[in-house]
Amino acid sequence: MIRYLGKRIFYMIIALFLIITATFWLMQAVPGGPFTSEKQVPPEIEAALNAHYGLDKPLFEQYVDYLIRVITWDLGPSFKEKASTVNQIIERGFPVSLHLGLQSLAIAIFGGITLGVIAALRHNKWQDYTAMVIAVLGLSVPNFILASFYQYIFSIKLGWFPIAQWEGFEYTVLPSFALAALPLAFIARLTRSNMIEVMSQDYIKTAKAKGLSTFTTTVKHAIRNALLPVITYLGPLSANILTGSFVVERIFGVPGLGREFVMSISNRDYTVIMGTTVFYAILLVVLVLLVDLAYTIVDPRIKLADGGKE
Amino acid sequence: MKKSVFALLSSVLVLGTALAGCGGNEQAGQQNNGNSGSQEQPAAPAEPKGPQVLKLNLHSEPPTADPGLAEDTTSGAIIRATFDNLMRLKDGKPEPSVAVDYKVSDDLKTYTFTLRQDVKWSNGDPVTAHDFEYAWKRVLDPATAANYAYQLYYIKNGEKFNKGEAGITRDDVGVKALDDYTLQVELENPTPYFLELLTFYTYSPVNKKVVEANPEWANEAATHVGNGPFKMETWEHKSKLVLVKNENYWDKDAVKLDRIEFSMIEDLSTELSMFENGELDWAGEPLGDLPLDALPALKDQGRLTTHPIAGTYWYKFNTEQKPFDNVKIRKAFAYAIDRKAIVENVSQGGEIPAMGAVPPSMALNPDGYFKDNDVETAKKLLEEGMKESGLTELPPITLSYNTHDGHKKIAEAIQDQWKKALGVEVTLKNTEWKVYIEDLHEGNFQVGRMGWLGDFNDPVNFLELFKDKYGGTNDTRWEHPKYKELLTQSASETDPEKRKELLAQAEQILMDEMPVAPIYFYTMNWVKADKVQGVQVDGLGFVDYKWAYISE
Amino acid sequence: MQLTKEHFEPISMDLREAEDIKRPSLSFWADAWRRLKMNKVAMASLVFLILLGLCAIFVPLISSHDYYTTELTNKNKPPSAEHWFGTDDLGRDMFVRIWHGARISLEVGFAAGLIDLIIGVIWGGIAGFFGGRIDEYMMRFADILYAVPYLLVVILLLVVLQPGVGTIIIALTITGWIGMARIVRGQVLQLKAQEFVLAARSLGADNGRIIFKHLIPNALGPILVTLSLTVPQAIFTESFLSFLGLGVSAPVASWGTMASEGLSALRYYPWRLMFPAIFISVTMLAFNLLGDGIRDAVDPRLRK
Repeated sequence: MIRYLGKRIFYMIIALFLIITATFWLMQAVPGGPFTSEKQVPPEIEAALNAHYGLDKPLFEQYVDYLIRVITWDLGPSFKEKASTVNQIIERGFPVSLHLGLQSLAIAIFGGITLGVIAALRHNKWQDYTAMVIAVLGLSVPNFILASFYQYIFSIKLGWFPIAQWEGFEYTVLPSFALAALPLAFIARLTRSNMIEVMSQDYIKTAKAKGLSTFTTTVKHAIRNALLPVITYLGPLSANILTGSFVVERIFGVPGLGREFVMSISNRDYTVIMGTTVFYAILLVVLVLLVDLAYTIVDPRIKLADGGKE
Repeated sequence: MKKSVFALLSSVLVLGTALAGCGGNEQAGQQNNGNSGSQEQPAAPAEPKGPQVLKLNLHSEPPTADPGLAEDTTSGAIIRATFDNLMRLKDGKPEPSVAVDYKVSDDLKTYTFTLRQDVKWSNGDPVTAHDFEYAWKRVLDPATAANYAYQLYYIKNGEKFNKGEAGITRDDVGVKALDDYTLQVELENPTPYFLELLTFYTYSPVNKKVVEANPEWANEAATHVGNGPFKMETWEHKSKLVLVKNENYWDKDAVKLDRIEFSMIEDLSTELSMFENGELDWAGEPLGDLPLDALPALKDQGRLTTHPIAGTYWYKFNTEQKPFDNVKIRKAFAYAIDRKAIVENVSQGGEIPAMGAVPPSMALNPDGYFKDNDVETAKKLLEEGMKESGLTELPPITLSYNTHDGHKKIAEAIQDQWKKALGVEVTLKNTEWKVYIEDLHEGNFQVGRMGWLGDFNDPVNFLELFKDKYGGTNDTRWEHPKYKELLTQSASETDPEKRKELLAQAEQILMDEMPVAPIYFYTMNWVKADKVQGVQVDGLGFVDYKWAYISE
Repeated sequence: MQLTKEHFEPISMDLREAEDIKRPSLSFWADAWRRLKMNKVAMASLVFLILLGLCAIFVPLISSHDYYTTELTNKNKPPSAEHWFGTDDLGRDMFVRIWHGARISLEVGFAAGLIDLIIGVIWGGIAGFFGGRIDEYMMRFADILYAVPYLLVVILLLVVLQPGVGTIIIALTITGWIGMARIVRGQVLQLKAQEFVLAARSLGADNGRIIFKHLIPNALGPILVTLSLTVPQAIFTESFLSFLGLGVSAPVASWGTMASEGLSALRYYPWRLMFPAIFISVTMLAFNLLGDGIRDAVDPRLRK
């Protein structure tokens, strides 16, 4: 296990390095820079600006500088938001996104599994169809429509929740549900599909034959096995959700991290692009690793470290 | 793990239902507000009454609160509220503010300002002429890397110092504090709009002591020091900014508001909803915007305020590529646009159809230079132009615009108008903003949308865009010797009437040659609560809350 | 009664007859089709999807309106006899625009879905089956692709490629397959430890056969479910890509574009949002129900 972990962490670091490298060069290849504007800056001024932000150095030198910055976790100043450094932007935005993300994940996982199990136990009955219509709606109505819709119904028409901003628990409810809809629907469908499969397996029949109640069979035997694909999905999902969503944050005025991923690119705010990408990448590779470890715990038959049995 | 999920979810549900109880009141409040909003109340000269708190939306986090580094409207609004310049715009006219008096030399190139002696920074330090000298030189210093340094190029040697020209040092820049309360400014050229320029935020003073002690002084509310009507109380980045009345302000009796609370909501529909719900006192421009689809309804309810500003929305032609290298073809396309239909039905914000380059507030020829929607002339010109260029049919034409719903709608409408009027099939192409600008700057387009919002209230600001072929903002690759000459002459002309005449001739040439087809002159649209009074939005779209007050 | 030997008659038993198959021999797919036909919900969905395709082809051809002619004085009109789905903000007929948009959305959605499916299944199948270092390399590659900012890649594509449906599909599939690959890999990891794989292997099946004949069909449930996520995602990402300038150029509009543009009109002209949103949702519902039907039909365990 230790050996396996060591190897994985080594690969993770390589992957992170490649992500930084790819992003850096992609960013340089994309037309337009932080100072591109409709009023073209005179060359002398552009030179001064570039010198000020260290963009006058050869690209390779900038690249090495950047790697050092990542290692020391000093991500530099933002080009656009002159009042903030990238570290500050992440430190301010991430706790908000994390809070919102955890709530959404909880809703998505709990709601999705419940819905999926009910649908599977009542396969091809009305409960199944109802659950699946809900799930399909969640999948096919994108969150920007859903978020506006929630806001319209629950805040404007019914007045149950505040329209926007981020000042207390009541402000988090609608964005959490808006953010949870798609993963909830997907988890529900995955769970259902796998539950149906699992329920027809021999060991379930055995368990039933032993005289175990449906509840015990479902909870102790079936769900555990049906959850594997859900766990696979949870790694990248968590990385996405915990770093915020541009659309939901925008509609509900949430000061999270999600907008930075989009805005930094539109603004060509180089340091913010790099900072948010690195941050996201770290979160992603760690969560993917956790998922793989969770596999071995949920299903002891799976061994990750082997190289094929032949 | 499952247990914690349960705990979290049940708390969500419990609190959710508990909240539903208070919800009813909010809704009632919203309805009341809706009613009072639709009633047209006579604009009685109201007295400040009720709590003097103004709730506004900033639309986005202000990138900076440092006047030297600001380059956008959001930062500009905060700086205008927290700083005071030599001059301040009141009802559209520059009036002495920190300056009490000024003298102008006969050649109009030297200004001597006498400063008020009772002006203090929000931390209690006195504001002196040295602060102004320091602030302006700081902006021009290449080491500051201020993008808007060009706003100070009117000052003698300003441009040279900023561009790092050899032999020009900080001391050569034409601004000097003769004593604590006298500031002398030398200009490169007689600049008739200089007093107005002085109201711009790049000309704000900064507290030398504070800035030198802490380079990050403008990043947080606690360290921010200004000399304006308000001072910063809280700045929760990306979520909230609160300004309170500055008790050290020299003209504090004129300031009625106790607090301005800014939220930072980016979504336009959300902003409008919060306004309708009474959570904001203002929605729309100049700090935010209104959703396009809401404009007709708000207009019908009589709640919409439309305010023309100095800005032109136009389509630029690439005059180096076929078919738009021919002036008649350019004119044909320009004349065939039905501007009235576009402003009434597409942009819908009360914009003014543009038949000239210079906006009405500074117009040289208010009647325009051609007829809107002149299909007959357009057809004739197209035919003649094609003959001149030796074309039997037009090459494929692409109309480019940067990604934005509003630009897209206008492009779709004009595409259809050209098709109906001239029988020309035009392809639309949209591009991400920065890629789009690069394309335009590099001449990689045929017809492209662009807009210009005036930096100051003078026609030359619009005309000089097309002075040089490869100038920073031309993009059309059009150049005209006579046009250039007229603009150069106007720069040194001291007689305002003669100067205006020269500029009018220049605009005539521009419209005869039509490197750009003007579409409309910009407006700003907003809705505000009836109780909000005295907010000043000037002809350039800059907003000032100094004289604002609440009257319930 | 005395039972004598004469009372008994030996049954003629032909051993060969025992090997006879009484039911008509059906191939795997024919049997699946037979079972699918019995599933009314799935069949209704199939019919709906076929009708949808036909309408997308023919409605724009026979309608008296077209998708691009603007009529500014007739903008934002609610549904009427003249304009069944109302008009949009430039006075264009929404009914024709919906069907014209269906062409793009269905094309993009299904093409991207299919490509994602193929790449994802192959990638995930191989990674999961071989495990070890191969798995590590393949999945870390997917992580890298997943973490590099997509918007940057798209903007770069915008510069390199000509806008159009093909470009959209390329842009969509660059990262679209990763989710599928992850799910398939997870399933394969789980399945390959099961007994039937060992059985197949002892019967001499090679790796390719085991992956594609045994593992993938058994993972079909999660695969179809993932597909039901990727197709609507593709339809909406298309609108985002078109918004950036990568897709079909205006005035052509896909469902996704119409829905996102209609969003701000929700309060004032709801039909501009409702029609595209309903079409997307109902299409996805039909597609999912059909997918579920197919899953049940090919599941060997549900075979009767």
